[in-house]
Amino acid sequence: MKIGVLALQGDFREHQEIALALGHEAPAIRKGDELVGLDGLIIPGGESSTIALLAKNFDLINPIRKAIADGLPVYGSCAGMILLADRIVDGAANQETFGGIDMVVKRNAFGRQVDSFEGEIDFNGSSIHGVFIRAPWVESVGEQVQILAQFQGHPVAVRQGKLLATSFHPELTDNALVHRYFFDEMCS
Amino acid sequence: MSEATGTARVKRGMAEMLKGGVIMDVVNVEQAKIAEDSGACAVMALERVPADIRAQGGVARMSDPDMIQKIQAAVRIPVMAKVRIGHFVEAQILESLEVDYIDESEVLTPTDYENHIEKWNFKVPFVCGATNLGEALRRINEGAAMIRSKGEAGTGDVSNAMTHMRKIGGEIRRLTSMREDELYVAAKEMQAPFALVQEVAATGKLPVVLFTAGGIATPADAALMMQMGADGVFIGSGIFKSGDPAQRAAACVKATTFFNDAKVLADVSRGLGDAMVGINVADIPAPHRLAERGW
Repeated sequence: MKIGVLALQGDFREHQEIALALGHEAPAIRKGDELVGLDGLIIPGGESSTIALLAKNFDLINPIRKAIADGLPVYGSCAGMILLADRIVDGAANQETFGGIDMVVKRNAFGRQVDSFEGEIDFNGSSIHGVFIRAPWVESVGEQVQILAQFQGHPVAVRQGKLLATSFHPELTDNALVHRYFFDEMCS
Repeated sequence: MSEATGTARVKRGMAEMLKGGVIMDVVNVEQAKIAEDSGACAVMALERVPADIRAQGGVARMSDPDMIQKIQAAVRIPVMAKVRIGHFVEAQILESLEVDYIDESEVLTPTDYENHIEKWNFKVPFVCGATNLGEALRRINEGAAMIRSKGEAGTGDVSNAMTHMRKIGGEIRRLTSMREDELYVAAKEMQAPFALVQEVAATGKLPVVLFTAGGIATPADAALMMQMGADGVFIGSGIFKSGDPAQRAAACVKATTFFNDAKVLADVSRGLGDAMVGINVADIPAPHRLAERGW
């Protein structure tokens, strides 16, 4: 499959490496016309306000919103989760998102870098290692949203239709379970 | 469910999230907001930018905690701050303030002319400067979770950043072409731990993220460093010592993302007003060159 990785800022290379290792194409996406012909899109970790601003300046917000509305499967980790949220709290002033998942996400909800942590979590029935870096959590979700993982009572992995979001960074571990879930159950 | 904070993975992972971004030096809340609004992926809070430290002289130290906390309260992006080389108490103080990254920086006046800070003991990650691969690996061995090539801070002259990126990249490429039994001598010559030399030889890259710093003043400078293999850039004096900081900051952010797209680079380089005036590194007497601090 052809899985685009939004490459404006952040750890997009790690997502590309996982997609390639699993036998997919993984083009870097920096412009709207590069969205054509994708089977899926990944929005990486990074600084959500930086990615949002670059997306706005280079006319990517509406093309990505349209692709989501047209049913393109999208997975966002950390900053990517924020960018897939319909509503955010504690963002930068006037911070925009692509939206798509009916949820409220709180930026840096687990705290500053000294509070960043890693640990085992249950993702959709499997135990995986979660790496949380200045991570957001989901404050509340709409009825259509399925919760796939929780930590300390907060949803940290959610799915709505063809959209998947995690607070944590599976791309920083050797376990590709979340990516396989996205590719195999959502993109194909 | 057990959880661990302050691990090498979360420290190094934090730097992974900054990749492809610009970290900007700021001296007050107003500048920090301009940086965030321009798309900076983090800010470095300090009392004087390197150009002013250079001009004014005197001992340069950690910033006032009040100033750092005001900036932390004003922006949502990560806030970094600098400590003097070897000054582990300044680092303890910054950790208590919960800064997101500590820069053990040659821009401030060194405290210890033999030892750097033992960085493994801290939960907050450290970034350190390096002029060559051996220096980078010594810092990583001490616990640095991110490296920046030093360049010559406060000059607006990108030539030393270029030298250091070529040096680090060249030494990595040399290691990858060596026989296993030649790595012992390579480690000895570059005064770096053998295990890290072996790792770099096998992977062809540093085990941590590599940014560039020192003298970057234009979008083209930022893109040049990205094309040289930097994961991102620090811009110190280059933004807020220029004629139109907000516009230049935004242009450098765009140039760092579209570093391979000359059309975008041409567009963002237009009408930026005056760049930082700068100083040629060659005109600075050797004792005043900051890049030579660090051991």
